[in-house]
Amino acid sequence: MTERSSSSPKAQWQPATVVAIRPETATAKTLRLNLPRPSGHLAGQHYVVRLTAPDGYSTSRSFSVASAPDGSSEIEMTVERLPDGEVSTFMTDQLRPGDELDVRGPIGGWFIWPGDIPALLVGGGSGVVPLMAMLRLARRSGTSNLVRMFVSVRSPEDLYYAGELPGPETTIVYTRHAPASEARPPGRLTAPDLPAPPAGGLTFICGSSSFVDAASDLVVGSGTSIADIRIERFSPSGGHCH
Amino acid sequence: MATFTRGFTGRGGLERDPRLPPGQYDAGQSWPVLTAEPTPHLDTGSWSLTVEGLVQTPTTWSWEEIRALPSSGFTSDIHCVTSWSKLGISFRGVSVDTLLEAAMPLAAATDVLAYSHTGYTANVPVPDVTGGRAWVVWEVDGQPLPREHGGPARMVVPHLYFWKSAKWIAGLRLLDHDEPGFWEVRGYHNYGDPWLEQRYDGD
Repeated sequence: MTERSSSSPKAQWQPATVVAIRPETATAKTLRLNLPRPSGHLAGQHYVVRLTAPDGYSTSRSFSVASAPDGSSEIEMTVERLPDGEVSTFMTDQLRPGDELDVRGPIGGWFIWPGDIPALLVGGGSGVVPLMAMLRLARRSGTSNLVRMFVSVRSPEDLYYAGELPGPETTIVYTRHAPASEARPPGRLTAPDLPAPPAGGLTFICGSSSFVDAASDLVVGSGTSIADIRIERFSPSGGHCH
Repeated sequence: MATFTRGFTGRGGLERDPRLPPGQYDAGQSWPVLTAEPTPHLDTGSWSLTVEGLVQTPTTWSWEEIRALPSSGFTSDIHCVTSWSKLGISFRGVSVDTLLEAAMPLAAATDVLAYSHTGYTANVPVPDVTGGRAWVVWEVDGQPLPREHGGPARMVVPHLYFWKSAKWIAGLRLLDHDEPGFWEVRGYHNYGDPWLEQRYDGD
């Protein structure tokens, strides 16, 4: 296993300010946060968000950063509203610009793209979030040629970043409903959908546990060494997981 | 000091389960799957467990051999660093004490590096895996441990955050020094006590 640069999240809690909120899909919103003590993140890292009630009860969840490292004091994260998610329902229903949120990060030294090696990015549904940070970094830095991205979504309405994500590096696979212009019939990701993983590079797979298992089996089946695969599973209980 | 979050009322004053460490929530019936690597396809025919390093008798057990050791059932709560907990899970497996009785650690052994068939590692001090505090388990709630949860067998060290409980366990290496594992070199706390919220380096 190759050791990558690890980032020590010694950064403690800080009150971030919500500066903008925009809908991403019918159930997901992207929050733009301003950090009083920005420390810079790597593409693929996450922040922990903590909510505290007047009675002192607090709870926290992790959310991947969707924005590219850009040297600014702002980050974006996309939150999928889960019907029973105490944190995701609050964040998508209640938050307004100007609100403060305690956050901590950036965290994660494994699921990160360093920006200078080839990468195959495979995302299912909301699992596209940390991969979007990687795609945005590649486009910002003029290294799009290093990146190939595959996103699997149920239908066009479920695609995050729909106005920005499509491009020469990206392929969208629809599992239930495809737009009329799409030649591929709707269906799950299969081996022929994916290109050969990049030589000397890494494959990043993110999504639900079942998506990740299916996609990693496809990538391993194509001859990729397990050591060249980085996985992140999004938990059903909200937010991201390790 | 926490900032109150405008509009967040939490769970409406519901009694908090005293089994939940600070900052954790009850995942209820769900058991999220968290791993950094693809789930391996391990069959019990090729599975083995080795105790090695600073021991008098390095020992390897096959699947049949480990299943023939005296096993015990126990119920415990597990706490994931990502803040979910799962309460009252029943496991069955072999106590690490039983494995160490066979391999006989040397007096110099202070630390254990647990390693998986995938290459994953986690470090734990010897006192945290002895005295009935750690197991190698193959059954959960009366069923074979599912592959995605580390089957055929995984470590369970319930008093530490669950990343210490290596899935697809392949062995325990006894050392005379601390050797940080997979997450410990990537910003996570070296020890991981959930009651002290030792989540990340520096906590």
